[in-house]
Amino acid sequence: MHFPLLTATLLAPVIGALVIAFIPKEEHKAIKSVAAFAMFVALFLSVFAFFSYDLAKGGFQFVEKYNWVPDLGVQFYLGVDGLSLPMLLLTNLLGFAAIFASWNVNNRPKEFFVLFLLLIAGVMGTFIAQDLFIFLLFYEVVVIPIYIMVVIWGSSKRVTKEYAGMKLTIYLLIGSAFLLFGLISIFVKSSDLLGHPTMNIEALGKVAFPKDFQITIFPFLLFGFGSLLSMWPFHSWSPDGYAGAPTAVSMIHAGVLKKIGGYGLIRIALYLLPEGAKYWAPVIAILATVNVAYAAFIALAQKDLKYVVGYSSVSHMGYVLLGIASLNIIGINGAVANMFAHGVMAALFFSMIGFVYEKTHTRYIPDLGGLAHQTPKLAIGLVMAGMASLGLPGLISFVPEFTVFVGIWKNEAMIPKFLAVIAIAGVIITALYVLRALAYSLFGPRREEYDHLKDIKGAELVPLVVLGFVLIAGGVLPFLIMDMVNSGVAPILAKLGATTAIGGKF
Amino acid sequence: MVEFAMHNAWLIPLLPAIAFAAIALLLWPWPKASSTFSILMILTSFVLALAVVYGVYTQPELIEKSMVYTTRWFSMPGLRIDVGIMLDPTSAMMLWVVTLVALLVQIYSLGYMEGDPGFSSFYAYLSLFAASMLGLVLSSNLLQMFVFWELVGLCSYLLIGFWFYKDSAREAAKKAFITTRVGDFGLLIGLLSLQLIFGTLNIPELAEKAVNFQNYVSAETLTLVLVVLFLGPIGKSGQFPLHVWLPDAMEGPTPVSALIHAATMVVAGVYLVGRILFLFKEVPAAMHVVAIIGGFTAFFAATIALTQTEMKRILAYSTVSQLGYMMLALGAASLTASMFHLMTHAYFKALMFLGAGSVLHALHGKAHIHEMGGLYKKMPWTTWTFVIGALAIAGIPPLAGFWSKDEILLVVKEAAHEAPGIYTPLFWLALITAFLTAFYMFRQVFTAFFGPEKPENHPHEAPWNMRLPLIILAFFSIVGGWVGLPWLEKGFGYWVRMGEFHHAEPDYVLMGVSVLLALAGIYLAYLMYLKKAIDPDKVAEKFGVLYKLSYHKYYIDEIYLWFNQMVVDGMGKILYWVDLYIVDGIVNGIGAITRGSGAVLRYTTTGNLQTYALVIFMVIVIITLYFAFGDASFASLFLGGGK
Repeated sequence: MHFPLLTATLLAPVIGALVIAFIPKEEHKAIKSVAAFAMFVALFLSVFAFFSYDLAKGGFQFVEKYNWVPDLGVQFYLGVDGLSLPMLLLTNLLGFAAIFASWNVNNRPKEFFVLFLLLIAGVMGTFIAQDLFIFLLFYEVVVIPIYIMVVIWGSSKRVTKEYAGMKLTIYLLIGSAFLLFGLISIFVKSSDLLGHPTMNIEALGKVAFPKDFQITIFPFLLFGFGSLLSMWPFHSWSPDGYAGAPTAVSMIHAGVLKKIGGYGLIRIALYLLPEGAKYWAPVIAILATVNVAYAAFIALAQKDLKYVVGYSSVSHMGYVLLGIASLNIIGINGAVANMFAHGVMAALFFSMIGFVYEKTHTRYIPDLGGLAHQTPKLAIGLVMAGMASLGLPGLISFVPEFTVFVGIWKNEAMIPKFLAVIAIAGVIITALYVLRALAYSLFGPRREEYDHLKDIKGAELVPLVVLGFVLIAGGVLPFLIMDMVNSGVAPILAKLGATTAIGGKF
Repeated sequence: MVEFAMHNAWLIPLLPAIAFAAIALLLWPWPKASSTFSILMILTSFVLALAVVYGVYTQPELIEKSMVYTTRWFSMPGLRIDVGIMLDPTSAMMLWVVTLVALLVQIYSLGYMEGDPGFSSFYAYLSLFAASMLGLVLSSNLLQMFVFWELVGLCSYLLIGFWFYKDSAREAAKKAFITTRVGDFGLLIGLLSLQLIFGTLNIPELAEKAVNFQNYVSAETLTLVLVVLFLGPIGKSGQFPLHVWLPDAMEGPTPVSALIHAATMVVAGVYLVGRILFLFKEVPAAMHVVAIIGGFTAFFAATIALTQTEMKRILAYSTVSQLGYMMLALGAASLTASMFHLMTHAYFKALMFLGAGSVLHALHGKAHIHEMGGLYKKMPWTTWTFVIGALAIAGIPPLAGFWSKDEILLVVKEAAHEAPGIYTPLFWLALITAFLTAFYMFRQVFTAFFGPEKPENHPHEAPWNMRLPLIILAFFSIVGGWVGLPWLEKGFGYWVRMGEFHHAEPDYVLMGVSVLLALAGIYLAYLMYLKKAIDPDKVAEKFGVLYKLSYHKYYIDEIYLWFNQMVVDGMGKILYWVDLYIVDGIVNGIGAITRGSGAVLRYTTTGNLQTYALVIFMVIVIITLYFAFGDASFASLFLGGGK
């Protein structure tokens, strides 16, 4: 019996939450320190898992498996592979950074950090559960803290925080309704085919579902996971939700929660229903291209920093979807790496915007300006996030984006060249809105009303340092992530390749 | 030493990168320490670069087969990207140029940027730039080159916007980034296509495969791919129609203009095309596109430079025009002529920019040439080095520019034998451009440095650390072209070339014509701006429309601005409206229906026991009736029965 690394990682924030529950609510410093320590442990364990994962061996490692409800084939099955590990690492990385981005939360901090730690545990669980039932369980756990946190600690701008919280939650729930139907159908069908029930994803992957069944059920998973990934036209919760949410929730939501959609599409939809994926890939490609271009143009018209980043993240998710739609290993590797990269970058963006808002009490770009004079470190953080967002080489998002482009360029049968060109042209519009937002909020003449602002310092610097480090390290040493991702995606692609011959010009 | 440098050439970009990191993380509170460390690092790189140049010189076999060492950057089935170092005479020459100019500019900035609150970060950016540019030069893989290509773009963005409190600087930085981004979009697509066609982006492997490109791709497709890829160099090297950012980039501090926007970064486009010229050579149509864009840009930018009044803008349009020359040479399939001109241009253009900086420094930012005048008395060093630069670019022998420009004219003339329809007009255009160049340069020289003094100006000569780079660059502007004298047996063209070496005979007629044209240009400028024998205003009046077009840069900026504001932003606004009122409208509509139906249905939940009892009774009646008359086997399902 080896050390239960994954359970320990999962429990670190839960224990943290329990400890905080026993701390008097006036002890703000203690509460925050416990939260930070809990997340540090979780982060440390996931970094350890990431670097001690045996790439040569591949497959699921650090496995823990116990039967739970044998009648339904439910197992408490945790395990990580090259697909789960980057997501696990990302969750804890952002969770850790988000604690420090919330360092100045003084309204009911006890409740805030308890909910936040539970949220992290829930998100983490979805990525390491290899059993459908457990996956869904964690997925539903996530919804509750998010709703409460938005409604209590959120901010009302274009829409009220109540509306934002409601919208976020309802979309998540509608998505999960689709999912539930799709997954139950798969469960029932597989029980029929196998003769015994199982929820084990790996075992389900060995079932050969009839083609018609796959084609019928795939859209349910696509729309379920897709709405979570803000696939057009189910994206509109995303900008409103982020704008209403407190900084930490925006960071986690844009950074990792959304990624459950992409992760699920690959781990479950693509893996279990390869024929269905092949049938529906052109539709995904079209919707994804709309995502990229449509959201990028809308981001241009935004005046609120959070809305710019909100639409930007919708646009970036288009690249993830395109990578998935390419149905080849290059594209899907790119999609997964892109999820990781976007998570880090979006979290940095939201944490910096959070500080801007905390200090200036506005996120409205025309009211800002010249902030680089008074808060240069904050400006560096925003510029770094912006540059990563527009895919600057040397930062983490370039290689994943390039890989996605190679993937979609390669699969001309599924993704016509003109769609690919439109999607790639998104990099121009992205540069336009990012540089505009940066130029008008950070640069330009000094504004005296902001002369009293203090630059970020102390604990506030943690998100910038940690996430900035990952941005650069991932950009300079892309193989760290790409090798890991490739080892996770390869078996899924092997199955896709076995059932379908992928077309392509080259 | 030489051996060490050859095998550790990666140190050359790494040292300035270390300087950047050190300043950014550690040294920034101490300006003196920052600049000293930065200069030490670039100086070491310069010495290593010299050693590499010498090493390449002693190993002529590198001309045919570059010295390459690579390592894996990332890979997956079907895609492998290596990063590495590629040494040959071309990259060695570039190393020399980049480290030399970078070093001189860093020395110059000691004086020019003295007392600036951002002094440390200025040196950090300069170091980052040097690192990226040197990385670009040494790249053995096109994606690696693209990475550094974007990083030099980032440095350019940061340095144009260095004085970010100025609105104009902020706008210019943004414009530079976005305009080159448009080109990079094409470059990216080109690279993707090359990767998928040839299965590699390593330059040496591409060179091997290019010879038999028909095994991989049709000539039409390859042409298309190369033309799309060429968009990148168009953007980076300020070629028409993406040249608009380069003149605006002069908002940056002048040392930046000299280093990035004259001598090094803007030639990256030329260098990239030069690096993969073997591909272009396979498909003549793509070559023609390069030649036409280059030749046209050379002429077009020169006509704009004629009427501009800001010193740095004149130089900027001149840079655009000279870059056009280099592209034209590439379009005529001559790596030699293009790289030769690249090198000499770096000397004299950096010289003139630094000279302009010295003037700006002395006049406290007065930028218009009409506000200057008679500077030669107070600023002899600046004036005479500037004149050397102007003579060099005008093409007066024996200065550097003459030899390289002559080489370009020669190769275009030779290309015209093969495809007269394309190259003959370009040859004439190039000749006219030579005349225009001499004219606009001396218009500036005579107006700013000679003529009557302006009493309101109190110019002073630049300090030593600004003078020294001027003198060194002036020296190279004179002798820098002698490495490529047409009488040399193994001159520049023997080393820097692609394909067979053939020694061209000096064409004395062509030399004579180009010197005469240059002299004519200078003389005309003398008549108009020094002797005032011809009134420039009258000339402007006479060519009213043309003058206006030139003065307003053919209104291209205005057209782009309109497109950006009306079409792109308009699109954004329309889609936002769609998102709010249609996509979201439907969602909120569904929400409203749900709420509405709830509002109606809540009347069913009355809490009135009689009503409930009535409903239960009715249902029982209905079920009973159903059992009595309906299909009982179906109904049994509802009661939990079996099949």
